[in-house]
Amino acid sequence: MRRRWLKGERLITLLLLLPSVIAVAVFVYGFIGWTGYVSMSNWNQLLPDYTFVGLRNFFKLFAHPRFQIDLRNLAVFTALFLTGSLAIGFLLAVLLDRKVRGEGFFRTIYLYPMSLSFIVTGVVWRWLMNPGSPQMGSTGINLLLEKLGLGFLKSGWYTDPRVGIKAVAVAAIWQMSGYVMAMYLAGLRGIPEELREAARVDGASEWQVYRYVILPLLRPITLGAIIILGHISLKIYDLIVAMTGPGIGFSTDVPAYFMWETTFHANRFAQGAAIAVILLLMVSLLIVPYLIFSVRREAEV
Amino acid sequence: MWRKSYLVGLLVVVLFSWLSWGQAGYEYVVPAATTLEAIAQETLGDAAYAPAIMRATNAKSLADPAYLKIRTLDMAIPAGAKLWVPERAWAEAFVAFWDPNRPEDLFGGGKLVVGSWWTAGGEAEGLNALFEIYDEYYPDVQIVNATIAGGAGFVFRAVIKPRLIAGDPPDTFQLHAGLEVEGYSPETYLTPLDKLFEIMGWTEVLPKDLLDLLLYKGHFWGVPVNIHRANVLWYDKAIFEKYGLTPPENWDEFFAICEKLKAEGVVPFVMGNAGGWEAAHLFETILISTLGAEGYKGLWTGETPWSSEGVTEALEILKKILDYVNPDYAALSWDGAGEYLIAHKGAMMIMGDWTNGWFMAKGYEDYGWAPVPGTRGIFDALSDTFCLPKRAPNPINALGWLMVCGSKEGQIAFNTRKGSIPARTDLTAEEKAQFNAYLQSCMDDFARDAIVPSVIHGAAAIESWVTDFKDAVNLFLATKDVAGTQRALVEAAEAALAAMGQ
Repeated sequence: MRRRWLKGERLITLLLLLPSVIAVAVFVYGFIGWTGYVSMSNWNQLLPDYTFVGLRNFFKLFAHPRFQIDLRNLAVFTALFLTGSLAIGFLLAVLLDRKVRGEGFFRTIYLYPMSLSFIVTGVVWRWLMNPGSPQMGSTGINLLLEKLGLGFLKSGWYTDPRVGIKAVAVAAIWQMSGYVMAMYLAGLRGIPEELREAARVDGASEWQVYRYVILPLLRPITLGAIIILGHISLKIYDLIVAMTGPGIGFSTDVPAYFMWETTFHANRFAQGAAIAVILLLMVSLLIVPYLIFSVRREAEV
Repeated sequence: MWRKSYLVGLLVVVLFSWLSWGQAGYEYVVPAATTLEAIAQETLGDAAYAPAIMRATNAKSLADPAYLKIRTLDMAIPAGAKLWVPERAWAEAFVAFWDPNRPEDLFGGGKLVVGSWWTAGGEAEGLNALFEIYDEYYPDVQIVNATIAGGAGFVFRAVIKPRLIAGDPPDTFQLHAGLEVEGYSPETYLTPLDKLFEIMGWTEVLPKDLLDLLLYKGHFWGVPVNIHRANVLWYDKAIFEKYGLTPPENWDEFFAICEKLKAEGVVPFVMGNAGGWEAAHLFETILISTLGAEGYKGLWTGETPWSSEGVTEALEILKKILDYVNPDYAALSWDGAGEYLIAHKGAMMIMGDWTNGWFMAKGYEDYGWAPVPGTRGIFDALSDTFCLPKRAPNPINALGWLMVCGSKEGQIAFNTRKGSIPARTDLTAEEKAQFNAYLQSCMDDFARDAIVPSVIHGAAAIESWVTDFKDAVNLFLATKDVAGTQRALVEAAEAALAAMGQ
């Protein structure tokens, strides 16, 4: 009687879950804990040194000029990437929702960039945004501008420290706005026509219909998109590697890239771990409220 | 006379048969039943060499069943058995490095995993030439070419470190000569090669400056295969002839040329910085010009303060150069920048002498070279070495590899293809003639000049310092803040010297 709860289906369920529970416990949470431990150690050469130094690595990091630039870059990138992707994605979704002819065709075109990896996107946009020079001639966007007679608009793009990370954000927006469009399109299709009709009957203009009816109804989708894009943005690394590298004066550097370099080139394993912990905290600031929100909602249902 | 040439001819035939028959040594048919130790005593003069004969014979027997398979060291050797007695140096090295707790190393065969970042063009050809030579000597061993692409080993080094910590290293891997070895914690992860240097006589044939560079904590950790020079100014002869210019000897001349060419619409000076290290490479050569050989060397030992006048001056020069560079330098790697010269659109560039090999591969012949302004008589050197990790899975196979790397034969085959000069300085005039014009002039300079270690290529400083140095220069490209950058350099030096003093 006593061990009844371990009998039958419960036992099988438990056994079936156990391998993945153990794997996740070790390979996800175990390694997170390990990284946290290393970030407070003195491991700053190849040979591990686990002397506890408290938060020294973190203080050093925040005083590091390169890390300060990285955080600023990350903030600019995230802001541009989120607003850009959401705005363009929403616009495309609204346009496609107009039951245009060839909707399937356009939908596919807009969605395609998402199927590429950031590495491919990075390489392509590196070429497109190649600054060129008067002597060797222009390529990509600058060549296009030249041909259109808009030569004064030519720019150094990602090689210009004043543009830097913003150029990378353009590439990221190009890649992910189609995905946001797909999410919004699904959301729009889920809104019954009657609601819009009712608003129109009440005398709302088309703008007001979107502002006061559609957008509030799409809020869960916006939230989901922000979560997904936000964590991609905070962890961005591959796009930087393929497209620009850290750039002149670290104008396109991000914490993830710095983490790689400081760990495996400067042998500052503890400092690298500290950057990883900071990235994790930033992502969890974004994700945890969402998780709490959705768990609570599930409980209500 | 006739008799003499006959003897020489015989000697050549014997030598040649050694080479073509694999590992240097000779065949030995046992006259009467005996033991390995007795044979070792008789042929090599010491019973202690028995394991070396066992290994060499077993390696042979893998390809040729006529050789005896020796199962154990104390196995009775029957009369008429065919054995292979290795050359004395090899036997000595084997006994010095063989761990008696690893009897599996007495049987030959297996793999040789060689880690390097030589994947492209001449460097890959050079590596293959070394493989071919190794294959001739040790046909029983299967070579695994474990390369990872990425300039200056940028990616390779990041991959090899976790493998070392995890105890899963390749059998041997590429490493810059100098303080870069500190980044691998060699006392824990690498085997000191002092004994091998002694047995092979390399301390006699390698230049003293290089030997000093190779010593870390009193030991040799890598066998050098080549020397590259970092402080070379390359220029397009067509442009120089058109405007009646001569290569600049100092920075004033350099900037006069820049001014003139800029007015003509030519890019006076080209560089790339896509890899993030190229500008720091340039800055390193400027430091040499303003501080001189001793002053520059002192920067890395704490004898020259980083707050000194020469460093300020070097930063000012770098700042001024930025007024004359190609506008797209942030998007180009050094070879991309070289395209300006090939197209006769850019006049000068400063880069290491691997540029020479790349120009040749591009079929571009209209280039000239000179030392970086103000560095005549100084040779900013870097060298690639191969090391022996402590936990190498096939250490004896790796030992053979290191011997090929250190041999004249290996160095000539490798360097003529890679476009660098041999680390050994005992080449005959005929052997030197196998190298191209640039490399011959480079060999002469190397023998004559003061040699200083390159920092950005791992020779002069520990890796964390190199990273800070590189980052400071990279930031300078955007800020152009001389005082602030010099302060950052001073701080980096203080931190690094403190860490090295530990």
